[in-house]
Amino acid sequence: MRIETLALLLQGQAAGLPEHRITDIFKPLATPARAEAQIAELTLAITGAIFLIVGFLIVFTLWRFRRKPGDDAHQEPAQVYGSNQIEIAWTAIPILIVFILIGVSARVIASVQNASPPAEALKIRLIGHQWWWEIHYSDYGIVDANEINMPATPDGRMATYFELQSADVLHSIWIPQLSGKLDLIPNRTNYTWMDPRSPGIYFGNCAEYCGTQHAYMLLRVVARAPQDFKAWAAAEQKPAAPAALASDGRKVFDSLACVNCHTIRGTRAVGTFGPDLTHLMSRQTIASGALENSHDNLKAWVDNPQDAKPGCLMPSMKLGAQDLEAVTAYLELLK
Amino acid sequence: MATTDFPIQQATPAREFSFSDALNTWVATVDHKRLGLMYVVTALLFFVISGSMAVLIRIQLALPNNHFIGPDMFNRLFTMHGTTMVFLVGMPMVAGFSNYLVPLMIGARDMAFPRLNAFGYWMFLFGGLLLYYSYIGGGGLSGAGSAPDFGWFAYAPLTERAFSQGNAADYWALGVLIAGVGSIASALNVIVTVISLRCPGMTLRRMPMFVWVMLVDSWLILIILPPLSAAQIMLLLDRNLGAAFFNTQSGGSALLWQHLFWIFGHPEVYVLIFPAFAILSEVIPVFSRKPLFGKSAMVGAIVAIGFISLGVWAHHMFTMGMTSLTNTFFAASTMLVGIPTGIKIFNWTATMYGGKIRFSVPMLFCCGFLLQFLVAGLTGIMLAVAPFDWQLNGSYFLVAHFHFTLIGGLVFGLFAGIYYWYPKATGKLLDETIGKWHFWLFCIGFNMTFIPLHFAGFLGMPRRIYTYPAGRGWETWNLIASIGVIFQVLGILIWVWNVVRTTMKGAPAGDDPWDGWTLEWSTASPPPVYNFEKLPVVRSSRPLWDLKHPEDPDWKYGE
Amino acid sequence: MASDSLVPVNALEMEREWILPDRGKVGIIFLIITETVLFSMFVATYLIYIGKSLNGPYPKDVLEIPVVATICLLSSSLTIFFAERALEHNRLGAFKLWLAITILLGLEFLTTTALEWRKLIYEDHLTMATNQFGSTFYSLVGLHGTHVIVGLVFLLLVLISTLFGFPIETQLRRVVFLSWYWHFVDAVWVVVFTVVYVIGR
Repeated sequence: MRIETLALLLQGQAAGLPEHRITDIFKPLATPARAEAQIAELTLAITGAIFLIVGFLIVFTLWRFRRKPGDDAHQEPAQVYGSNQIEIAWTAIPILIVFILIGVSARVIASVQNASPPAEALKIRLIGHQWWWEIHYSDYGIVDANEINMPATPDGRMATYFELQSADVLHSIWIPQLSGKLDLIPNRTNYTWMDPRSPGIYFGNCAEYCGTQHAYMLLRVVARAPQDFKAWAAAEQKPAAPAALASDGRKVFDSLACVNCHTIRGTRAVGTFGPDLTHLMSRQTIASGALENSHDNLKAWVDNPQDAKPGCLMPSMKLGAQDLEAVTAYLELLK
Repeated sequence: MATTDFPIQQATPAREFSFSDALNTWVATVDHKRLGLMYVVTALLFFVISGSMAVLIRIQLALPNNHFIGPDMFNRLFTMHGTTMVFLVGMPMVAGFSNYLVPLMIGARDMAFPRLNAFGYWMFLFGGLLLYYSYIGGGGLSGAGSAPDFGWFAYAPLTERAFSQGNAADYWALGVLIAGVGSIASALNVIVTVISLRCPGMTLRRMPMFVWVMLVDSWLILIILPPLSAAQIMLLLDRNLGAAFFNTQSGGSALLWQHLFWIFGHPEVYVLIFPAFAILSEVIPVFSRKPLFGKSAMVGAIVAIGFISLGVWAHHMFTMGMTSLTNTFFAASTMLVGIPTGIKIFNWTATMYGGKIRFSVPMLFCCGFLLQFLVAGLTGIMLAVAPFDWQLNGSYFLVAHFHFTLIGGLVFGLFAGIYYWYPKATGKLLDETIGKWHFWLFCIGFNMTFIPLHFAGFLGMPRRIYTYPAGRGWETWNLIASIGVIFQVLGILIWVWNVVRTTMKGAPAGDDPWDGWTLEWSTASPPPVYNFEKLPVVRSSRPLWDLKHPEDPDWKYGE
Repeated sequence: MASDSLVPVNALEMEREWILPDRGKVGIIFLIITETVLFSMFVATYLIYIGKSLNGPYPKDVLEIPVVATICLLSSSLTIFFAERALEHNRLGAFKLWLAITILLGLEFLTTTALEWRKLIYEDHLTMATNQFGSTFYSLVGLHGTHVIVGLVFLLLVLISTLFGFPIETQLRRVVFLSWYWHFVDAVWVVVFTVVYVIGR
């Protein structure tokens, strides 16, 4: 099918996917998050019980032994210095509780951290930047940005395994309903995984303060049904859409400094400082989730990125009105 | 008889309090009581400044997509708020309370090294001023910076030259380093004072619990400040001499900074909370009219914390990708350190049990502490469970947890101590009714702000974001949290009014307004510069109880 | 008055027998403890970064074992011990002599270090900024050298004041504390030497 149709289909599919904006860690939708939610519930139950018991004892004591109006101010109560048995009892019980929690924690830590990728796992290399995400699908030769596509995997066989790296400072990937967070550390590779059980759009954030625009280093996982994911990957592997390559806006773009930071496959733009734009229109958002991917937003962003994301590292190229229209039109053809 | 007036001979002629008198009294003083007050007052000033920053933060976060403050200013605000509260409020409160009270409680005339004491205070003040000078000087020649904006724990490599232009990071490192030297000096002084200057009969066993806690606190400071100072020296070398400690682009390690920082940073939170433990251990017995329950066990617990807390630091790094073995070890050690900490709540409750509790303002703040610190400790256990932490770390749940320990615990404990010892230090009693208004407003406001933030964390709200989008479920919790700030501010303002009013027309307190049992209540309010006319000799933990109850003294029971 | 009545019956006896550790002794011990932790951090960092430099020069290429300097520094612990003993027995001449020798030995150590650093910087082109080895080497050895300088300053002050007739006989206590500090500095050198010149090479 023609690429424009395919792209529309993919975007439409994404648009049709259920969105999980309320990222409640107690509503897990993948295995790591589920393991974490279960141990969380156990811990909450134990600490909740402790709170109720001890809290009650405190409040009861305060009420029962308050000084009453008729009390003689000079009559001191019995001076009790302590009790070894009581000390031992209320030390031993917490130690027991702690040992239970340690045991359970050890098991969950091992099961999540030491899981090995199944044969059909998708491998993604995620590189954190100030303030966007660079995504490499090495098996497919795809480079993308900010929205992570992966297959939904009802049986867990097509889980996605990440290599996490950073190009500059510390970042952290956190998609609460899929997995707990793990940091992206420069000069080091970390490994994590997630297996969304059903198609949907899962929201997340960068969770380690990384500078001025940490707040807008947003993240989403687009989990597609396996055959849809394969279709998406096939579309992504293609270079820029022919209509885009033939447009007038391309000439403007190629003549500006844009090419120093961005890559559009099939053109002379091979910069890697900023996100790959080859299939920009297949994404729902721009500016790493800061803006919905609409005509007006795109135009405003190209005109002056500092409006939406002050302090971000993309400068305003101060384009004239005509050039701005042309470049925006070009970008909108990058389906 | 003739009615001539004879001129009255005065030993010292009355004269105006001159500038040189002020210099001598406050700038040149080595008296532990004056220095203690200087520490506390300076800390309170920084508390108000830093609290105002928090107010601005909460205004910005009250609504989604708010434009009250931009990202740069917001990031500086939360960095300076955290740095100020820990280093310029918490640490000087440790120094202030221990310097003022330890010599009085052990029956000494001053600290072991009075001049070192003064040195410590002025280093702290200079370090604090240097940190704040960054607002003006942080731009450097390129005008690129201002105050620090990389968070109070200043993770590398965000603090390296490449990512923090300007001089903000240098001001942060130097200012805190210098203030840290002051803390080490003060801690050293406390340890030597406690070991070498106790009055006759005061064995370590008979020392007040307050003194025990501040002794272990000082031990911790001596051990943990050097790792922080080492990290800061390395950072300064990286930034200014091109060294490669944390510069990941040239082979350095971001994890190294985190290890060094948290080896300091975790025990530091115990250093900060200990004054509250110390204060509660004095106030609760007196207002329950019973001795501290299980003092030996309490001492054992405090000493245990003094050692175990040195081995839990990497629970701040559960999300850094350490091995499962490392994560499990630190999860275990963190849960273990919670035990001696939690036991104290039992001991304090047992102290109140069977007593005759008087709900004066110091005791009210202790009650707030007990319930709030219970919550804080339990959310701490949640964070200790590493897989749970993988969701909670870096979120507003963590922010809620540590504000519960630091405000709900430490600040409430400090207010208990301030109300309790204010009459001793000034000779006047703070007003009870106004104090109760202060307590309730502050308590309601604090809980209104920080309970909702736990839920924002459960819903995935990360920390240190200057704004958030609508539709993530965070709006309601943030709005409630911001409204709570109003009550906290009112509470603080009412307390300030209480202080002002008392200064102008407060009721005189006398030596012993609370019917206490430790040595500071045996001397005048405020104490003379030499503390005691005659150094006391003691036979038990509660010398004044023995005095007031000669028929039933503590030493009869070997206490 | 209140403090009077706190005095129980056997107070005078208790006062006479009430002896607590000397505050100077406790002070210097805890100062040494905190300094030990500081050095440990730099030693640990040095150990962590062994073999991690991305480029040379590497330790085995440029480091020569400072035999003479080490012998001098460690002997200075012995000479300060002799100085202490001389002062104890009021032999002021011997005290001044041993003190002077201690200072000279310390100065020799510093000079050797300075010459070593000059060679490393100008001939081997190893600076703080070169690699992890450079950063950790200069910071660790430099931290130790700073402590040597501080110790030498105090030793010099003692020597000069003695030469000018200051009644040093009553200052034995302080000289003892200074000697403990000096022994600490020497002990640290043993560790630094082992880590840098033995293990690290």
